[in-house]
Amino acid sequence: MAQEQLVQPTAPTDGMPVPKSEVQDEHTHGGVHDPNLHHSPEQIKKEIRVYLIVFGALAVLTALTVYACYGLKMPVHIAIGIALVIACTKGFLVAGFFMHLLSEKKLIYSVLSLTVFFFAVLLWGPWHHFVDMIGK
Amino acid sequence: MAQRKQLRVGNQWLYADDAERLLRDAIRIRDQEEQRHRIEGHVQPWWKRYVFSTDHKWIGLQYGFTALCFLLFGFCLMILMRLQLGWPGHAFSLMKILGENRAPGGVLLPEAYNQLGAMHGTIMVFLAIVPLAVGAFGNYVVPLQIGAPDMAFPKLNMISYWCYLPGGLVMLSSFALKDGTANSGWTSYAPLSVIATKGQTFWLFGMVLLITSSLLGSVNFIVTIIQLRAKGMTFMRLPFFVWAQLVTGFLLLLAFPPLEAAAVLQLMDRVAGTSFFLPSGLVISGQQLHNAGGGNPLLWQHLFWFLAHPEVYVLILPAMGIVAEVIANNTRKPLWGYRSMVGSVIFIGFMSFVVWAHHMFLTGMGTLISAFFQTTTMIISVPSVIILTALFISLYGASIRFTTPMLFALAFLPMFGIGGLTGLPLGLVTADLHLHDTYYVIGHFHYVVAPGTIFAMFAGIYYWFPKATGRKLNDFWGRVHFWGSFLCINGVFMPMFAQGLAGVSRRLYDGGIQYAHAKAIAEQTNPFMSISAIGLLVFQVPFIFNFFANVLAAMRGKKNVDDNPWQATTIEWAATTSPPLGHGNFAVLPVVHRGPYEYNCPECTTTDFVPQHAEIAAVPPPGGGMLPEAAVAQREM
Amino acid sequence: MDAHAEAHEHVLEIPYTVHPRPDTGLYNAKLGIWLFLASEVMLFGALFSSFILIRTAAPVWPRGWEFLNVPLATANTFILIASSVTVVLAWANLRLGNLKWGRIFIALTLVCALAFLVNKGFEYTHEFKEHRFPSTSNFLAIYFTMTGLHGLHVLGGVIVFSYLLLPGAKMWKTDRARYTNRIEVCGLYWHFVDLVWIFLFPSLYLM
Repeated sequence: MAQEQLVQPTAPTDGMPVPKSEVQDEHTHGGVHDPNLHHSPEQIKKEIRVYLIVFGALAVLTALTVYACYGLKMPVHIAIGIALVIACTKGFLVAGFFMHLLSEKKLIYSVLSLTVFFFAVLLWGPWHHFVDMIGK
Repeated sequence: MAQRKQLRVGNQWLYADDAERLLRDAIRIRDQEEQRHRIEGHVQPWWKRYVFSTDHKWIGLQYGFTALCFLLFGFCLMILMRLQLGWPGHAFSLMKILGENRAPGGVLLPEAYNQLGAMHGTIMVFLAIVPLAVGAFGNYVVPLQIGAPDMAFPKLNMISYWCYLPGGLVMLSSFALKDGTANSGWTSYAPLSVIATKGQTFWLFGMVLLITSSLLGSVNFIVTIIQLRAKGMTFMRLPFFVWAQLVTGFLLLLAFPPLEAAAVLQLMDRVAGTSFFLPSGLVISGQQLHNAGGGNPLLWQHLFWFLAHPEVYVLILPAMGIVAEVIANNTRKPLWGYRSMVGSVIFIGFMSFVVWAHHMFLTGMGTLISAFFQTTTMIISVPSVIILTALFISLYGASIRFTTPMLFALAFLPMFGIGGLTGLPLGLVTADLHLHDTYYVIGHFHYVVAPGTIFAMFAGIYYWFPKATGRKLNDFWGRVHFWGSFLCINGVFMPMFAQGLAGVSRRLYDGGIQYAHAKAIAEQTNPFMSISAIGLLVFQVPFIFNFFANVLAAMRGKKNVDDNPWQATTIEWAATTSPPLGHGNFAVLPVVHRGPYEYNCPECTTTDFVPQHAEIAAVPPPGGGMLPEAAVAQREM
Repeated sequence: MDAHAEAHEHVLEIPYTVHPRPDTGLYNAKLGIWLFLASEVMLFGALFSSFILIRTAAPVWPRGWEFLNVPLATANTFILIASSVTVVLAWANLRLGNLKWGRIFIALTLVCALAFLVNKGFEYTHEFKEHRFPSTSNFLAIYFTMTGLHGLHVLGGVIVFSYLLLPGAKMWKTDRARYTNRIEVCGLYWHFVDLVWIFLFPSLYLM
């Protein structure tokens, strides 16, 4: 409980105006390039709003995909199309906002683009072998 | 209510009046912990220091020692195989150690031969060379060469060793099973492996552990190299060995997971009765298999080779790195074409992911996809040739010091050259039709891995042994080891090309004498190859004695060299004195001022080299560098 | 000698565990987790690749909802998405210096994760009761393997978040920036587990 007491005063009380940030400690020099460290309390609160909006969007998209593919019992080709488009959109929302990939460092982007490329190769190779078989 | 000032500390937002108090508290608690740590440091139990150590140097030694044991074990399996191949069906009393059910009366059974073959390959690749090249040399040398205090995640490092060792033990424990170990080859092709005896399940479990170990290790290596480089250690100042390890890290990271997935799928096939790799209507011994069917055996091959081709480069890139270090040091010249070598190593890493299906030309792939993989295979040979050429040109005009590590490094060049160039016909679809699954293939990849990579590993052991122990290995016995191994290993592998061209298939229990076309050449060459293999074993004895004698002497605290015995420029030699003891690598974290191979450069005045961290060229570095007199004396010797 | 030992003590510390390295803009664990996730992409990529191959080759393929419980799985999807939100909310609260709400949100994440596993357990037992096993058909083989592996990842998350909620939270007192980073890094892992489910759910249940 001592823990709670220790941090109690630091919790911003609701409705209290939060002054503009003053960057002044020596630790931050390393963080100059880190947008996540640049966020003021207001920005973090704004982020929280974004998270909640994204949550809403994800919930709606989930309901939509279940309704389209399961509720309406779409034929399989259409169901695959719809489900994939919606899944990709949801994936984009999770990766972009929750994993804050939209404001990430170049290094992470390069690692991930490499991965995505090899992922694509891995999906393509065995499949192409199957459709392009001698004597098929 | 008055507004309270907020400020940021790290990634935290605090009210100013709280910040001070919090800081005080934090410092107090940290001080207490440090105090406790300091007291405990002296009474740290032995198992924490030696068994579950988080010090990268100690973990590197653990990896190295374990991997060398596995290397010897895998080598002994090969000796047993060679005995059978050289004199098929002959009874050997040595063979009796395999037990009555594998070698009744000392005559090896075909089933047991398959077990030896599968385990020899698996142990050599996954338990010996990768852990030696990456786990041992990577762990020990990389943080020292980049000027880091340790690996980025020391605990993860320890865990990765403790995934590797149990993985290896699980695999070995299957020797105790009634039906023996895995016997479907190191590639474990389905459906054979799915219906194989219980040893295969152990193989898969072991593999999952080994892959997990490699994954954790690779994350650690990449983060360490990218994040923990010392001040001034830019990417283009990294020693080539570190570059090789960085690319290797990415190969392990992205190529191993597909095999992990494949291992999980095969485990499901074997344990839960699924049919991922089992086609419909499979008939075994005249009985139709009752399974769901609809699986695809070629899927295993795809997933396996998606790992295993990058794996080939995992085996060879660190070896190239070691050879580059040793050559630069012993030619006393900067490496020729360092930048193009770095470019090549990155390009190899990238391309190695898009060549895997050249192992599968005979599986009925269409012409389009075959042409694609044939082309990429030809392309990937180019950067390998560039690296080899750069190393050869580095020798030109040098006054070479023919030290033991240099001998091994020099032998690597033609040996890897032979291994690489004989690979080209295998990468061409038409030539591969003839050569596929023959001894030619065995000869090809053994030239790359055995006299190639393993020789480079020996070069590394002889080269960095003084760093780890403060002692040089005996030079005379080192030379005996080298020349003996060099002659014998070629005696083992060179005839394989002839056998393969004559059409002798691999994995034959009797070496091919049952086939008319293979009988003559098999009888002519196999005994010679087997004798060479035994010779190879004999010539490892001086190394083993040399190694342990010096390790024991070092443990008694006897040093016979100073801190920079090779007069090297890279900063692992500027770290704490050899042998480095305990945690912490550098008394003061070094600042790097120049590239890695400043030998005989214009800056050199009193010595013929300038270490990377030396501030002013003429003055030898503090903390580990040599005194000029000592350097001169050494060179005159 | 003493000064030497002291200097030793000093450089023992591994740099950039908390604050980003200026040239990469990342702290170690963040780069580490993204690399780990890259390998996870390849792991699940290989499974999806197998899935695609086996499905294209199969003459008939069942629609998942013919015998899987879609409403339960939909509920599970909502649960997992909710847990993703609670993780980012925990992280945001910790950055605001608010441990209390940070811990509440971590606890909520844990509850969601456990609920997901319990639901999954219900689904599995239902399948087993109906005598549908991994060996029954290739669809079920893929279903059990992929959801099983995903379930193991959820279990891993449960273990990690339990640690961070209870004993791991002590770090808040000594190094709150690092604790906050830990939540961020584990959150990234957790979102990835969510991301996998986002693709697994339609591929197995709806297509």
